[in-house]
Amino acid sequence: MTSLQSSLRPVPRAAWWIINTSLAALVLYPFWVVLSQSIKSPAEAAAAPPTLFPGSFSWGNFAKLFTNENGGAGFIQQLGNSVLVSVGATLLTIVLSTLACYGFARLRFRGSNLLFFATLATFMIPFQAVITPLYLVLHQIGLTNNLLGLMLVYTTFNLPFGIFLMRNSFAALPSSIEEAALVDGCGVLRAMVRVLLPVAIPGVISTALFTFFASWNEFFAALILMTDQSKYTLPVALNVLSSGTFGTLDWGALQAGVAVTIVPCIGIYVLLQKYYVGGMLTGAMK
Amino acid sequence: MAHNTIVTARPGKSGRPSVPMRPLKRRRTLSTSRSRLGAMVVSPALILLTVFFFLPVVLMLWMSLNRWPLLGKISFIGLGNYSAAFQDQDFLRAAGFTLLYTLIMTPMLLVIGVALALLIRRPGKASRVFQSIYFLPVVVGFAAAGYLWLFMAQPNIGPMLDLLTRAGLASHSDNWFGTFATALGIVCAMVVWKVAGMQMLLLNSGLQSIPVELEEAARIDGATRTQVFRYIILPLLRPTLALLLVFSVAGSLLAFDQFYIMTSGGPANQTITAVYHIYRVSFQGFQLGYGAALSALLMIVLAIVSAVQMLILRNSDHN
Repeated sequence: MTSLQSSLRPVPRAAWWIINTSLAALVLYPFWVVLSQSIKSPAEAAAAPPTLFPGSFSWGNFAKLFTNENGGAGFIQQLGNSVLVSVGATLLTIVLSTLACYGFARLRFRGSNLLFFATLATFMIPFQAVITPLYLVLHQIGLTNNLLGLMLVYTTFNLPFGIFLMRNSFAALPSSIEEAALVDGCGVLRAMVRVLLPVAIPGVISTALFTFFASWNEFFAALILMTDQSKYTLPVALNVLSSGTFGTLDWGALQAGVAVTIVPCIGIYVLLQKYYVGGMLTGAMK
Repeated sequence: MAHNTIVTARPGKSGRPSVPMRPLKRRRTLSTSRSRLGAMVVSPALILLTVFFFLPVVLMLWMSLNRWPLLGKISFIGLGNYSAAFQDQDFLRAAGFTLLYTLIMTPMLLVIGVALALLIRRPGKASRVFQSIYFLPVVVGFAAAGYLWLFMAQPNIGPMLDLLTRAGLASHSDNWFGTFATALGIVCAMVVWKVAGMQMLLLNSGLQSIPVELEEAARIDGATRTQVFRYIILPLLRPTLALLLVFSVAGSLLAFDQFYIMTSGGPANQTITAVYHIYRVSFQGFQLGYGAALSALLMIVLAIVSAVQMLILRNSDHN
């Protein structure tokens, strides 16, 4: 049996280790670049050709990034904007998609099925395709260049996925459990919080992760809808860094900015990998 | 329906009005209040979707029939924007480039995804660790990844170029963003780095659904490794492959961030994608009507891709 199983493996053991180690090195190399570049001293970060290893450890690039030498809106404020918009959109998406999902699954009303399918149909059209009229709508209601506007846009475009993800866990719950809670004197909303929400928790966490990552990393809409540097989120802030101040591009500070943008995502992924991966598989396959 | 009946018993036919009357009334109010509550809890989500999605879609179709500058007079021109689109050399070139990018990216991602998925298929902790490493770039945003790779490949100061120079494969002064092929190549490399992990993950779960006994039986019957892959794994993997195909086609057709950040559409506007062109028309030229028409065309193409996806999903459900 062992010989059969080993024959099912596409490559022999030693080769497998060599291939995977080299590939892992290749995949991790860009992470090494951003890390080493951002902890070099600003002078070393500008060296040509670049040094392979940082000669000394320095917070210099981060200091330059955060001290805002060039006036105008600083990176700290833009980091704050990103946190505000991403966390806000995440919370709003969770609350609204849980409520909507509960309504669609448990509190049927006339036309609810039609509305449910209309909601899912929005999957078919990504927001890049509607950005021009979306800009006009936001412009009309005074929400361009407004963090609340960006938060609402991100919420809107993550809602269908959240509803879709949680639909399965809500539908899988036997209605008798909910009914028992109702008979025991729970109100409908309390029944939802006490009985349905615990079942939906994995879906809620996956939805939260997806919304957070999507909002944190989103570039296109933020680039278009935010026109004032003090309203930029991190990806657009990187764009400002890359266009340089007074014609010189500070690559050390830019890579420090990239590091600040990447680190929260990696941290969250490492902590909550199970939910992220699970949600991705559910979302794609069901 | 079931939830209505539990609240109260149906009124009997026994003709004792005083007892069944109350439950009947209670049942009705409970069921209407339930559906009223349903409409209520669904409405916040629907209001957002209406204002920021359905309304823009309708508005887009209307805008596309007008000359619509950001400031100034709006005038109805019928299908003028659409006929202009098919004569707009810049748009046609952007559409052509987007198609080329999609044709390069899609098979490359599929092949690399399948290779990675087969590699990490071995049971054990090591293969789970490698899987996590390969997936890591997926959580990095396109903007961060773009600026990172932009730096890595910069002439003179780029660390990746430096490594390749040390290995004798390049020269410090090479400007990869200066020619079309190398600029596109470096963007593709970045996207593979960032996306292949996701393809691997989805393929891996597809592979796991294939029973090991099937392969073992084929091996006992004398099938070679290539035959097992060709005649057993590949056909059973088809629904997953089809799904990934649709994902990467849709993703590539919408490409913007990577080209805006890494090539700025250059050299000589050769790497401007469809979405990039729409961005320039709508938000640099402020021809919102024409931008809406181009967006509508893009939306139709993507709706077709999505329809294909649904068809694939439905077929795989029946299997």
